[in-house]
Amino acid sequence: MFRDAALIAGKDLRLEARSRVALNQVVPFALLVLVLFAFALDPDRGILSRATPGLYWIAVLFSALLAIQRAFTIESADGNRDALRLSGLDPAGIYLGKAAAIAVQLAVLEVLLGIGVAVLYSTHLAGWGLLVVTCVGATAAIAAAGTLYGVLAAGLRVRETLLPLLLLPVLAPVLIASTRAFEAALSGATADGWPWVGLLAVFALVYIVAGVVGFGPLLEET
Amino acid sequence: MEPVVHLRAAVSLLGRFPALAGVDLDVTAGEIVLLQGPNGAGKTTLLRTCAGLLPVVSGEAVVLGHDLTRDRRAVRAEVGLLAHATGLYDELTVHDNVTFWTRAAKADPADADAAMARLGLDGRLRDVAVGRLSAGQRRRTSLAVLVARRPRLWLLDEPHAGLDHDARDLVDGLIRDAAGSGATVLVASHELDRAAALAGRSVSVVGGTVQGGARVP
Repeated sequence: MFRDAALIAGKDLRLEARSRVALNQVVPFALLVLVLFAFALDPDRGILSRATPGLYWIAVLFSALLAIQRAFTIESADGNRDALRLSGLDPAGIYLGKAAAIAVQLAVLEVLLGIGVAVLYSTHLAGWGLLVVTCVGATAAIAAAGTLYGVLAAGLRVRETLLPLLLLPVLAPVLIASTRAFEAALSGATADGWPWVGLLAVFALVYIVAGVVGFGPLLEET
Repeated sequence: MEPVVHLRAAVSLLGRFPALAGVDLDVTAGEIVLLQGPNGAGKTTLLRTCAGLLPVVSGEAVVLGHDLTRDRRAVRAEVGLLAHATGLYDELTVHDNVTFWTRAAKADPADADAAMARLGLDGRLRDVAVGRLSAGQRRRTSLAVLVARRPRLWLLDEPHAGLDHDARDLVDGLIRDAAGSGATVLVASHELDRAAALAGRSVSVVGGTVQGGARVP
């Protein structure tokens, strides 16, 4: 399973390196969201400062939708889905590999967005340990749930519009937990943030287990 | 000898439509069997069913010893399907694609290089993105994937389509070599003269059924 996951993750990351869709489209989109929030809330720097954690994670979620759709668009083209089913690869391995590739892309995006909020919102980044662990937990949860819902939506004709409708409600707890943890880190009250990280870990674990179990049937039936 | 493909009254659905409506077919190891019939007769569906991609809802269906009515996934790693769609990633090079699918099948990566050489893809085309290839070159890349995987059952849907004369001869050679090495080949083709010269037997697919497919013991 892990050998298959490594093979799929390597293929997806190589595809991204060649096509540069995330670099040329997803990253500019995410930064644009940050800039638009700054324009909308700039008259009151107090609101912008307080809202920074939430805005950051909303930008991550919106951008993640694009990355997830891209990850399954490449499998929908020219019989690739059938080729995957015929490949002999373990469906759980395919799931973990695609989730890992999405997670790597999200991690890079989160670093760039972190730089973005520091520059655009004049945010002083503090509580680094909590920030990093929150990013790891949220990234795992978003990638795990996104990959599961991505394959579900990929087999449907209305996948472009359906994926956000399916995925965003599922990721609402991740948005809440990661935002609260970031608020705690940036305000210096890191002890208040760790319970939220625990919640993130639980959600990530639940989504990963659901994905490992459910991805194969969804790949077959949708 | 145990047949490689054994179908009896096999019914396969495309949605709610019975695309295979009670197929009888026996194919033994090393045979090359031509499937002929008009468009929409069920040739592609028959190949996809044998590959384990479509469910068999009634009848008997045993391919390479795997009962497709119980578990149609198990057979997939042992078959190679050349379909109309290429199953290739446009942004990856010919080498990336062939190597990836070869590794996915747990075959020897060295076989990928040998297959590319056999299909004439080891020169300047090796590092060209598949999306920049012509239809015929893409077809040859799909064939290289098939060859590198060394399947026990070759399922070929119009294998000569889009290929020039030399490439068609090359495909014929691949099919003969596969059968010579013990693999079994099912070919759906409208190029009857060329395919019939390859095949040891031909059967007609008409209206989701196969005429003359079963062998009476």
